[in-house]
Amino acid sequence: MDWLNALIQGILLGGLYALFAAGLSLIFGVMRLVNIAHGDLIVLAAYMGLTTTIVLGVHPFVAMLLVIPAMALFGYVLQRGILNQTLGDDLLPPLLVTFGLSVIIQNALLEVYTADPQKMDAGALETASVSVGGLSLGILPLMTFGIAVVIIAGLQFIFYRTALGRAFRAVSDNQDIAQLMGLNRRHVFGLAMALALAVTAIAGILLGIRTSFDPSIGGGRLIFGFEAVIIGGLGNLWGTLAGGVILGAAQTLGAKIDPGWQLLAGHIVFLFILAIRPNGLFPRISG
Amino acid sequence: MTTSQYSVSRSSNAARMATVFGVIALIILIAAPYWAGRADMRLMSELFLYLALASLWNLMAGYAGLVSVGQQAYVGFGGYMLFAATIFLGLHPMAAVAAAALLGALIAVPVALLIFRLRGAYFAIGTWVMAEVFRLSFSQISALGGGSGTSLPVGIVRSIAASRQSREAISYWLALGAAIIVVLAVYLFLRSRRGLALTAIRDNELAAQSLGIDIWRTKFLVYIVTAALTAMTGALIFLQKLRISPDAAFSVNDWTAFVIFIVVIGGIGTVEGPIIGTLIFFALRETLADLGTIYLMVLGAVAIIVMLKAPKGLWGLIRDRFDLQLFPLGYRVKKDDKEGT
Repeated sequence: MDWLNALIQGILLGGLYALFAAGLSLIFGVMRLVNIAHGDLIVLAAYMGLTTTIVLGVHPFVAMLLVIPAMALFGYVLQRGILNQTLGDDLLPPLLVTFGLSVIIQNALLEVYTADPQKMDAGALETASVSVGGLSLGILPLMTFGIAVVIIAGLQFIFYRTALGRAFRAVSDNQDIAQLMGLNRRHVFGLAMALALAVTAIAGILLGIRTSFDPSIGGGRLIFGFEAVIIGGLGNLWGTLAGGVILGAAQTLGAKIDPGWQLLAGHIVFLFILAIRPNGLFPRISG
Repeated sequence: MTTSQYSVSRSSNAARMATVFGVIALIILIAAPYWAGRADMRLMSELFLYLALASLWNLMAGYAGLVSVGQQAYVGFGGYMLFAATIFLGLHPMAAVAAAALLGALIAVPVALLIFRLRGAYFAIGTWVMAEVFRLSFSQISALGGGSGTSLPVGIVRSIAASRQSREAISYWLALGAAIIVVLAVYLFLRSRRGLALTAIRDNELAAQSLGIDIWRTKFLVYIVTAALTAMTGALIFLQKLRISPDAAFSVNDWTAFVIFIVVIGGIGTVEGPIIGTLIFFALRETLADLGTIYLMVLGAVAIIVMLKAPKGLWGLIRDRFDLQLFPLGYRVKKDDKEGT
């Protein structure tokens, strides 16, 4: 029963990892940009949520209503102001610029909030649980997983059923021809980053309710998101959810064997999948 | 009637002068234990080891297109191998440094086989995952102090040299030697057949492949050699510190972020860039380090601005302006006007 419990907790944790990964996957899918600062942006969103809850005295989920548009706006400005200048055939500039950004965000957070671990207060929600077949499931992990499913379904809908998604796919396939067809790729990229950071905002706040955080944890979150993307297969959003679930389950099962093995078990499963299925478990069917 | 004759040369007056000045500077630096204070020697040792790390990272990222944010894996691995080989096997520290390099190359083979499956930017994050695996694995080894780390026993430290003064001199010379070995190795590698292949890959992968260059093997070789020399540098870094812990050994900030800033600011894809970058980095650090986090933010911002406005870095600007190349890698065609017969 303990093992089943660990497995289910891990699957629910995977929802959070899928949310870390969704933004990463989206940006890569649209503009082939890998954002090294992604983890620090998640932490930034968590701190923005923290400040909002303290200043306005509201619940973290209410704070989300402010943090999501703020992060989206930040994403649009960031993309058009800085990141668009780095896009091209050379992968070095975007990588190094987002790396520099990561250091700036991390140290800015350190300057403002100090290195003390912080946590958001979500009231009774944090400890509420339901009993299912003898297992006690936290409401918050269940909600996180539910939100992840809804968001991935939403992104899937936007990508394949709306004009915006068509623009995303068009610039992703061929920037120059999309430009000729009247799309402003700089604007489209800005929108993609805005959408990605809106998802990041949700991920950051859920992270901040679930565990304590400090400015230095961004790198670790980037790695989890990245592992979920690769396990699931590049460009496949549902695959990313599966990747997150596999990673989360590996971590909680690893922790069950030995607490020191929690993170290591996740990395080992990732490397194992990389060794046997370099393209991930569910790579997008080309076409 | 005038005919023009052309001659091709690699060297230039600037390069020859740089060699002369370089040799003079080197003699002065080698003599440092006789003229410099303890604190200065420590600082210079650190500078040399950073120069070694930066030159190696530059070889990978600037020439082989392998952008790694996980080189701390090999710095920490080398450091831990120094401690393990001296404590458990009783090797002399110098032998342990050599062993660290060898083991670094060995461990890099399976690592490369795995992460070479990732392309471009995903390769970068893959290297980071590897570094995390190294860090977490070494925190599990309780014989080496687990998560809290361990110190080098006094007996081993004494075995380098009996007096503290000569120990400090030796450790300084080792750091200087490492920097010279690495910079020369990078330079000579780039001048060799393999280096030419590497430059061709950097300029155009498709064209290089169609000329028969085995891209995978060339990059693989660069990765392994870099890993070995990075592990050697890591062993020397922790021979200076005399204490190791997983967080210090596998720090992204110390061994990768700073190194990337050094190379980007100095000029990526040039041999001279890391040298200039290291000097600037240490000058900035010595003057601004009191500002703490602000200093790091400034460093990040400078790196972003350099990458956007002058992607070839400071040395790139100087080279374009004055047509200088202190480490002659390219060929120049010179026109010698001669009176014809």
